[in-house]
Amino acid sequence: MGRIEWAMWANEQALASGLILITGGIVAVAGQFKGWPFAAYAIGAGVLVCLLEYPRGKRKRGSTMERCGQKYMTAVVKVFGPLTRNYYVRAILHAVLAVPAGFLLSTILGTVCLGIASGIYLLAAIRGEEWSPIEQKPPERPQLGGGTIKQPPAMPPPRPPAEARKKPPLEEAGHTNPVAVTAEAE
Amino acid sequence: KMGCWIFNESLSVVLLLVWLGLNLYLFIDTFHWYEKDDAYLYTRIMLGSTLAWARASATCLNFNCMLILLPVSRNLISFIRRTSVCCRGSLRRQLDKNLTFHKIVAYGIAVNAIIHIVAHLVNIERYHISQSEEAGGLQNKLSGIGKAPNESYLNPIRNYEANTTTQMLTTIAGITGVLITVAFILILTSSTEIIRRSFYEVFWYTHHLFVVFFVGLIIHGMGQLIRGQTPQSLLLHNVTYCKDHYSEWEKSAQCPLPLFSGNEPVAWKWVLGPMVVYICERIVRIWRFQQKVIITKVVTHSSGVLELHMKKRGFKMEPGQYIFLQCPSVSQLEWHPFTLTSAPEEEFFSVHIRVAGDWTGALFKACGAEGSVFQEPWKLPRLAVDGPFGAATTDVFNYRVSVCIAAGIGVTPFASILKSIWFKCCNPNTELMLEKVYFYWTCRDPSAFEWFAELLFLLEIQMVEKGKSHFLSYHIFLTGWEESQATHIALHDDEKMDVITGLRQKTFYGRPNWDTEFRQIAGNHPSSSIGVFFCGPKALSKILQKRCNLYSSADPRGVQFHYNKESF
Repeated sequence: MGRIEWAMWANEQALASGLILITGGIVAVAGQFKGWPFAAYAIGAGVLVCLLEYPRGKRKRGSTMERCGQKYMTAVVKVFGPLTRNYYVRAILHAVLAVPAGFLLSTILGTVCLGIASGIYLLAAIRGEEWSPIEQKPPERPQLGGGTIKQPPAMPPPRPPAEARKKPPLEEAGHTNPVAVTAEAE
Repeated sequence: KMGCWIFNESLSVVLLLVWLGLNLYLFIDTFHWYEKDDAYLYTRIMLGSTLAWARASATCLNFNCMLILLPVSRNLISFIRRTSVCCRGSLRRQLDKNLTFHKIVAYGIAVNAIIHIVAHLVNIERYHISQSEEAGGLQNKLSGIGKAPNESYLNPIRNYEANTTTQMLTTIAGITGVLITVAFILILTSSTEIIRRSFYEVFWYTHHLFVVFFVGLIIHGMGQLIRGQTPQSLLLHNVTYCKDHYSEWEKSAQCPLPLFSGNEPVAWKWVLGPMVVYICERIVRIWRFQQKVIITKVVTHSSGVLELHMKKRGFKMEPGQYIFLQCPSVSQLEWHPFTLTSAPEEEFFSVHIRVAGDWTGALFKACGAEGSVFQEPWKLPRLAVDGPFGAATTDVFNYRVSVCIAAGIGVTPFASILKSIWFKCCNPNTELMLEKVYFYWTCRDPSAFEWFAELLFLLEIQMVEKGKSHFLSYHIFLTGWEESQATHIALHDDEKMDVITGLRQKTFYGRPNWDTEFRQIAGNHPSSSIGVFFCGPKALSKILQKRCNLYSSADPRGVQFHYNKESF
């Protein structure tokens, strides 16, 4: 069982809270409830939270599933550097954003949920987790020969049979590959 | 037969539509009641249609909360499967989709919760507005009821200056409402696929907030905030006349002051049954956990396959079933399913576990499979077994000729089936209808299943010894091989024994030509009823089903292939 990265759950929770804030806010604004300016604020805060939380951070272990179309928001979130990378900042930000929505019944659910998300982010921050953007892989070089040439030969001929060819590259006799051979990251 | 097939295919769709239909019926029925009933006329004056929306979604919430515990009562489902008399095949397939149904009901709860909460938010605001002077005389009059000591209130918001938030959060309904919604949201966010697959413990522990959810749900209605006119009051107070003459109330004989009361909470009536069922389910699981499971043998096969022979008192299985295994020293919470690979006739039951992740790797180590030193029996880890679950494949024995086809990892249940066939065939006491078994196995990478090839080898030897070498005819198809391997095979092609598996009957390379195979089988058994059993990917399943239909003769006395769509 992999070690839990709390930030992943905090991210799901915060995203849900953002949506709840927006929904509660819309109901109160549309119905012109008493105190609806708080609801208008809640819509704004909810949108901000959703935009911030939409791009998933990169996991320490294993590969991360991106959310659909998140690369645009990743670029924006990355710009803020330590403000978005550090989870202490996020925890405080969410706690602060949550408070004003607590004054209205329609949005108090959003407050509680965002507060919980803030708590989980705090836990993640204490554990030393960080948000790192999921980078796009560099585009692959177009294959020569229509893709039939897979890997350039690692050793000049004459070549020993396949079993011997699987020796680690350090032992090879000083031949460097013209095309970088990338191994899949674990 | 065609109708049966359509029925099987669309049973899921039918059940889904039935569920949706019931939801809609309950919703519309409750909606209609609260929109039309006289008892709520005055409530509607203040609230409008949102009263009906809130109550209708509440009924649907009760309905779905009742349903949601049932699909996860594993032992109940097994019980139904074991004791069902009719429609066993299609019923079993449906019961295997229990988790999907659980999720669908959860979505139903989410949708109804949103409707319910939004409707009540509007209701609370409208109650509040009824206390203001702009609301008009009737609403003010109604809101004022309850000030005198012998009056019961209608409007839970008692005056206009009150802060609705604090007012609501000091009621039972308000507090429990927020509590159960937060619990539900936490359950939902920790049940997303990414959290479930990556951090199972978070998912499992957080899911236990359902206890808070159900307790809160039962308490939620006890405040009885939604009020309607009592039946006695309706008899005395003529609403159609009096609603337009509110200034005459208490003064004229026609319009005594209306009396209001809340509805009795009903949620407990819906959910009590399933809660009891689920509590029993957990008790059964704990009891199963307490039962001792002894590991009698540990065998390490090549390519990281661990075979465990176990014994447990009162354990009864049938071929094709699976168990859930838990190893507390590896993980306190995780139960993993494994297909049983032993036959019911054997004194033990066994599973073959392939190392494919953290848990299996840790189990491998705990059983001492990594070292080559003999592991002392008392050092073996303690295990818990739940089950067996799943559909048993006993239909194999009901045909004179059976064709078993396995693709890749789908071969595992057939270990149990083939062994069981072997035992039955050797037992002089049992009358076996089965005369011939064809077994096809397509596999990309046989190294992971060398243990199965060894099993076939053993069966082959034993068949020859008993003089029944023609009972079982198997064909192995390797669909992926290394270049060096292919060369080696080509060089030794004319030898009697197969070079890869060592079996007398040879291994073939490439995919089987199903047309040829079916034609041959049909030719060998011209007037028999042949059962076809498959375990593997859906695409191949469709292909085989088509072949079955194609090669079954139009003449009912001729060869008939019956495709058994069992889900292993």
